[in-house]
Parts: sequence; structure tokens; C-alpha cells
Amino acid sequence: MTLTATAKVEGPSGCFPRAENRCLVASNEPMNSEYRLMVVNAPETGLSAYAGQFFHLLCPATATEQPFLRRPMSIYRIDRENGQLGFLYKVTGKGTCALASLAPGDELNATGPLGVGFSIPEGTRHVAMIARGVGLATLAPLARMATVNGAKITAILSARAPEFLMSRDELEAAGAAVIEVNDVAGNSSPQDVTNRLRDIHEKTPIDFMATCGSNRLLSLTRELCSEWNIPGQVAVEAFMGCGLGMCFACVVPVRDAEGKEEMKRVCYDGPVFGVNEVTTW
Amino acid sequence: MVDLSVTVGGVRMANPIMPASGSIAEGIADVVDLGKLGAIVLKTITPDIRQGVKPPRVVEYTDATLFSIGIPSKGPDYLLNHTVPFFARFGPPVIASISADTAEDFGNLAKYISDPRIAAIEANISCPNLRAHGRAFGMDPVAAAEVIKAMKGNTHLPVWAKLTPNVGDIAEIARAVEDAGADAVVTANAILGMAINAETMMPRLGNVVGGLTGPAVKPVILRMVNQCAEAVKIPVIGCGGISTGEDIIEYMLAGAAAVQIGTMNFVHTAAMEQSIDWVADYCTRKNIARVAELTGALQLPVDQKSEQRDAVAL
Ligand SMILES: Cc1cc2nc3c(=O)[nH]c(=O)nc-3n(C[C@H](O)[C@H](O)[C@H](O)COP(=O)(O)O)c2cc1C
Repeated sequence: MTLTATAKVEGPSGCFPRAENRCLVASNEPMNSEYRLMVVNAPETGLSAYAGQFFHLLCPATATEQPFLRRPMSIYRIDRENGQLGFLYKVTGKGTCALASLAPGDELNATGPLGVGFSIPEGTRHVAMIARGVGLATLAPLARMATVNGAKITAILSARAPEFLMSRDELEAAGAAVIEVNDVAGNSSPQDVTNRLRDIHEKTPIDFMATCGSNRLLSLTRELCSEWNIPGQVAVEAFMGCGLGMCFACVVPVRDAEGKEEMKRVCYDGPVFGVNEVTTW
Repeated sequence: MVDLSVTVGGVRMANPIMPASGSIAEGIADVVDLGKLGAIVLKTITPDIRQGVKPPRVVEYTDATLFSIGIPSKGPDYLLNHTVPFFARFGPPVIASISADTAEDFGNLAKYISDPRIAAIEANISCPNLRAHGRAFGMDPVAAAEVIKAMKGNTHLPVWAKLTPNVGDIAEIARAVEDAGADAVVTANAILGMAINAETMMPRLGNVVGGLTGPAVKPVILRMVNQCAEAVKIPVIGCGGISTGEDIIEYMLAGAAAVQIGTMNFVHTAAMEQSIDWVADYCTRKNIARVAELTGALQLPVDQKSEQRDAVAL
């Protein structure tokens, strides 16, 4: 039996906040030479996701690959109106290679939503998000989260070259002011980005920052947050075993306010941490 | 109605299916109805607080994983004040798991955590014995027995000995822990392995060696369960590579009284719940009134009955 993308998908079991969501692939298309966007019809539990959370995806077997473990994938789009989730991913290894083989109508088994995502403090007026690489995907749903909270949002999107800049439309539709920078144009250095942010802050003070996808961007975010005395968060990526905080494979050192380090699970204690808590994204 | 209940090593369970130590944590309660399980086995704790080993901590194969985690532990007080109350509310008996550097420390820790909310204590004897230059307790029948004796002398709770498969003669270890008073054996922990990255010329695990687990190990551990079951009278709990109800039946036929599912919980959170249903259906289909009847019910053709199943000619 071939399932159609419009077929009814299985609902969540009981009142469990996370589930093995059996989603149906609606589309799975290349966005550029590196990234693909997969849109799936998801059951209700899956749609309860918020910015910074992720799903643990069961990768299908292909002729050449049979990934055993699931692959964590941050959420790019949460479209509750249409009952859809979007994943923007770069085909890098055997897991993402297998995901790229999914066609409309195929089932995608997605456990989630998982992890602790972004939390914009109450009363925040102006959010600045600074993203590069896969961070462009992870931070995209933050724009809607900010506007729903009544905050203005400025998004700085950074990439190696202009063709790798993604999600401008997505962000603008959510009400973000978008600034694109790239290495080819030569306006993406940490110094350039810092200067831009200072200008923006001067006009409309930034009171919350979020970043993902680059250690250099994380450093400058941390510095500006401490200079302006505002909170900042970063979404961390890691190879995971279980996604549910059970196997302790995806740990990173996390510093508390006193500077004491503890190994914490990216999948369960994160993936979003304070910019002062972690040294790498 | 099939009777799925079993009594294993002093613990009565609604069915023979439980998670393996270290394969679940609080997060699973968001996805799985823990009330349906036969028992809830907790991750090993040590007397001290530990952070675990250096990452990377996992390597993936087609149907197996090589993990090296190093038992991160928040210690016994956290277990009693947080972990046990969290899991006890679901109903099934809660089994604690402990590890320590010396046999005496195993005994002291068993005493410290002897609490009415805990139904049994599993001894993880795959860890290094500091008095034997870091060799695992479970690799030596004398050291393994000492751990069990120390625990039995310090707690009224049933003690399950979780054996390491990294030995030549697992039946010998099973006999030693039975003689020392163990109420059950769990066969087994992970198979020691190593992974190297040819490009970087470095180990793939921060800890260099790890434990191989998942479906690929099933034939090896199934054989060991069979050997243990023939060697001891106490119940044997099968653990290694189980992912389906069918695997569970195989383990029970080989001699297991109950089973534990580990790695599969990471891939399919529904594995335990689904396999309970599968086992019930199997029993109905086979006209088996009590699941316990399956234990050791392996049918050997007459001419294949051999006293010596620890040798094979290829
Ligand atoms: C990530 C991970 C953590 C584990 N932690 C423990 C532990 O704390 N104590 C223990 O006795 N066994 C531990 N084990 C071993 C399992 O309990 C089990 O014996 C082993 O994984 C074999 O079963 P499986 O093939 O079903 O995974 C761990 C295994 C894995 C994969």
C-alpha cells in the first residue's frame, strides 16, 4: 500500500508529551547544492514542538546504507495550521544520505519533540539571532517565537557564499528584519558582525541574543551579552545515542555560574544552553 | 488469558520484560507507559559521584553499537531521594544496580540503599576491581563470589549478579555467584570491543575500548544464557541484543526466566511494550497457559544432545 501525503497520520498515544511520531513525507527537495528541505505531515504530539527542540529521526535503509541509530534533527519549521513540520538538513553522512532518499508518501518515524529549546525571557523587546550553517535551520522558528511574545527580531544570517543563505523568506514572513552576510562579499567576519550588532543595538537596544552554527559567532555573542548585560542562548549539536537522556553519549562540559563544570546531556539538558555555560556550539 | 507473570530471584513481576541497566532514564517516561513493564532496572550507581569517561562515547555499526560511558553516577543519596521515588510511582518493582571499587564497598553500598521501595539489587560486576589491578570482578570466580557475599551479608534484598560475557567459561562464574548466595544471574553485560579511525589513526572512543551491544550480540549471549541455565538452579535473566518478542522467546527457550532490553530502547522506545504484546500473542498461538513454561523448553533433537556445548568444530 502506498500512503499519500494527505492520508491521516496516527495520533499521539494517551497524554505522553513526546512520541514516536509516524509522519508522512510531503516533500523532500534540495534547497541548494548542500541542503535539503523535508516537509512532513505530523501528528499532534509532533506539532507541539517549539524553537530549539529537535526530533530523533529513524533513517530508512537504502541500497547502500542502514544506519542503526536515529539521527537528531533540529526543527526548521513548525506549521501547526497545516499540520506540518520542516527539517532543513545538510547531506553529510550515511544518516542524512538515507533521509535524502525519502520520497513524498513515505513514512518518517520521528521521535519527539525532544530536548529543551529556546526560552525568550518575559518582557523581551528585541531579539537578535546570529546564525550560520545548520544554525540557519535551528534558529528559524525563533522568529515566530519572538513575534508571538511581542518582541521585535533581527536576524543576521551568515554563510560561506550567497547561495548557501537560506530561510530569508521564512524569517521575513515571521516578522524578522533580516541581514545577510557572507564570506565572498567579505562582510561576515566576527568584527563586521559585531559592528553591525553594535549599530543595531544603538538604535533599538537588543535584550536577548540567540546563536547557532559557529564557534566564532558564539564567542562574539557571549562577549556582547556580557557587555550589554543581557541573556543569550546557544543551540548545541552533538552525535547522539538515544535522544532521550538515557545513554549519556552526547555529553558536553557545562559551566555553572560559579565556573564549576559538569558533563551534561545535549539531548536532555539541552540542546539550548546559556552562552556562558558552554565553550563550543 | 495467558499468565505472563514470573517470579525471578525473589521478585514477582507481571511479565518477564524489563529494561537493562543504563538503557533508560527519566526521559523514557515521557514516551513509554512504564507501568506495563515487568520491572524497572535503574542505571548503575557507584558510592562516589562520577562524571563518566571522555567523549566520544559511541560508535555505530549496522546492527550494534560500541558505547563507552563510564558510569556517570550521582551517588546513593540522589538515587534514594530522586531516582527511586521517580520510578517507584509507576508500579512495577524497581531494581537498583550498583558498582564499586572493592567487594567491601559493594557490601556497604548495598546496605546503604536497602530501602523498601527497592525490590532487588543488581551487582554490576563488569567494572574494574581496584584490588586486582583493574581486572573486572566478573572475570574471576573468586572476586565475583566475594562481591555477592559482601552484598548478601549486608542486605535482606535479593541480589542479582550481572555477569560479564568477557570470560572463557561463563558457567563457572555463574556457579560461583550461586554458591555465594546470588538470587539470580543476569547474562550478560556488554562484550568488550574497540574501534579505530583509519584516517585519523586514532581510537573512535574517548575511552579507547567500549562495550558492544545491540542485535548483533544476540547469538553470543544466547549461547551464554543456555550455558548458565544448565549450570545453576537460580534463575537466569537474559540480556543481549533483544529487540523483539521473538528474541525474548528464544532467550526463554534457551533457559532465561526473564529478559532485559538495552540498546533497542535507544532506537525504538516502543520495543519493550510491543514485545510484551508479542509474547502474549505467541503464547496464545502456541497454547501456552503460563509464559514461565517457556523457560528452558528448548527442543533438542535426540542426536544433538551434547554435554559439551562450549566447543564447536567449524
Ligand atoms: C549506553 C549503555 C549504558 C549502559 N549502562 C550500564 C550500566 O550502568 N550498568 C550495567 O550493568 N549495564 C549497563 N549497560 C549494559 C546493558 O545493561 C546491557 O547489559 C547490554 O547493553 C546488552 O544488552 P543489549 O544488547 O540489549 O543492549 C549499558 C549499555 C549501554 C549501551
